[in-house]
Amino acid sequence: MRSAKLKSSLALAVAALWISGCANQSLSGIPLGSTGLHAVQPLPDKPRFGQPMSEAELAAWNIDIRTPDGRGLPAGQGSVAEGRKVYEAKCVACHGADAKGGPMYGTMVGGIGSFTTNTRVLTPGSMYPYAPILFDYIRRSMPMDRPQTLTASEVYALSAYLLNLNGLVPADAVMDQGSLPRVQMPNRNGFLLDDRPDTKSLRCMTNCR
Amino acid sequence: MARISSRRDFLRKTAALTGGAVAAGAGAAPLSVPPSAQEPGRPIPEAMYGMPARYEAHVARRRSDVLKNRQNWSDWSMTPLQHQPGIITPNGLVFERHHAGTPDIDPAKHRLAIHGMVKQPLAFAMDDLVRYPSVSRFHFHECSGNGLTDWLKPASSTVQQTHGLLSGVLWTGVPAATLLEEAGIDPRGKWALFEGADAAAHARSIPMEKVLDDAIIAYAMNGERLRPENGYPVRLVLPGWEGNTSVKWLRRIKVSDEPWHLRSETARYTDPMPEGKWRQFSMVMECKSVITSPSGGQQLKGAGFYEITGLAWSGAGRIRAVDVSVDGGRNWREAVVEEPIMDKCLTRFKVGWDWNGAPAVLMSRALDSTGYVQPAVQEIQKARAIAGFVQHHNGIQPWSVNAKGEVRNAIGQA
Repeated sequence: MRSAKLKSSLALAVAALWISGCANQSLSGIPLGSTGLHAVQPLPDKPRFGQPMSEAELAAWNIDIRTPDGRGLPAGQGSVAEGRKVYEAKCVACHGADAKGGPMYGTMVGGIGSFTTNTRVLTPGSMYPYAPILFDYIRRSMPMDRPQTLTASEVYALSAYLLNLNGLVPADAVMDQGSLPRVQMPNRNGFLLDDRPDTKSLRCMTNCR
Repeated sequence: MARISSRRDFLRKTAALTGGAVAAGAGAAPLSVPPSAQEPGRPIPEAMYGMPARYEAHVARRRSDVLKNRQNWSDWSMTPLQHQPGIITPNGLVFERHHAGTPDIDPAKHRLAIHGMVKQPLAFAMDDLVRYPSVSRFHFHECSGNGLTDWLKPASSTVQQTHGLLSGVLWTGVPAATLLEEAGIDPRGKWALFEGADAAAHARSIPMEKVLDDAIIAYAMNGERLRPENGYPVRLVLPGWEGNTSVKWLRRIKVSDEPWHLRSETARYTDPMPEGKWRQFSMVMECKSVITSPSGGQQLKGAGFYEITGLAWSGAGRIRAVDVSVDGGRNWREAVVEEPIMDKCLTRFKVGWDWNGAPAVLMSRALDSTGYVQPAVQEIQKARAIAGFVQHHNGIQPWSVNAKGEVRNAIGQA
């Protein structure tokens, strides 16, 4: 039993080494460009200078949303109508009326179906695979002149408003930690994992073309 | 046919491209004693940070003059590669890309937190971070958007504009593994979020394999603390990966079992692919090279000897060879690759060229330690959709030289 366990863990270690030696394969499924082990000098007395903290003490910084399942979405809620009010107070100056583009940035509406044409129009509606990306991005980065100052309910309301402008939720929609992850985004299956190298050029030296 | 030369005879390669000797100048004026030799210079001040000679003021970072943003917070400035000898970029010339400007962060107040799927969440002060055993490593740093204005036809005139989201830096810091192991990584923790303390709170999901392989929590570059625009007081450095994954002004690392799929890894920093698809988590900056001299906007001084020189690099390893063509890619010669040749680092190549005064098209093509050969744009086009602001341009860059000696961007023309 014990030796079988040891054997299998050895096999795993060998497999891990083999995997890390191949630039094109990794546990995460994307190429790492790994060039082998980078040993850290072992020290007899490891320094430990980190100050222990609790998750509660980190709460003000803990703003990320894992967007496929919405993990991390806080309490609060916001409607399309409330979102319009927040938008007109805090966003319209850069993004323009009805989020169709302003003096600083282009449109945040439309583009759904444009990716198979020569002019791809990138908006939250056309591009985001998961609706909670709206919450995560607005909360961490917007508005540009005063980021990380909106309340959770204001962020839900803005998410509802932008989703409605893109035709993805009805005018009476209310977004919260339950409803936002359930919004179906058109680009949900639009992504491929990195599969490069995707070219196989030859090293031709003479009369190449 | 592919043919990898086993001979590395400097003389052979140089002689191949240089025909005759350069004629000596005639009729030069007699030399006079300059004023600098007849009066004392500037005395040494009590303390000062030295600056380049005032005659070098043209050597500066510049914003793109092709793709002009209507604001300058989420913007970029580019390294003047045409003026950079060697493989190291001076700190004042390292390119910038920010999403909400450069923050002003007091290192005494800054904290780096590690939490999520760890045994014990930790916060590190800057004066404690610098007490850990450190590493210093030379690496290239390149924005995934380097070259995005110049895929199919020339838009940029100089190599600063076509390739200047690229710099070479000696990074110093603590291996990320040291700090994560102190916090104690949960075996299910396969990804980590790295987040900045800037106004964009820029963040990326990074596979733990990469973090534990060679990630550096860096506080210094090229022998001094980070510059504010490059992440002061502390940043992540992911060797060989697209620049934005090396999160600047680093304040937080959170460990999880799955990636976050944030805007910065779905709606941005993804590559358009055929049939309306997007390639995601394309992190490695693939093997690439560019001739920095002669390059776009430069003027040759008539027929005769020139050293063709440039930079080559690969996010997948070391540079194995660089080939140069002066006839638009019909025939190639292996260039001299100058030591040191380091992993995921800018590498300098050189080859002598005796220009006969006729129009020419100069190109370079790099080969890395995985055997990957830098492709022409036409090869990349077969696999990807070149539509809009397309990232990860590692195509061969041609520069045309006309009979007057004017050097121009010839992407898509040669």
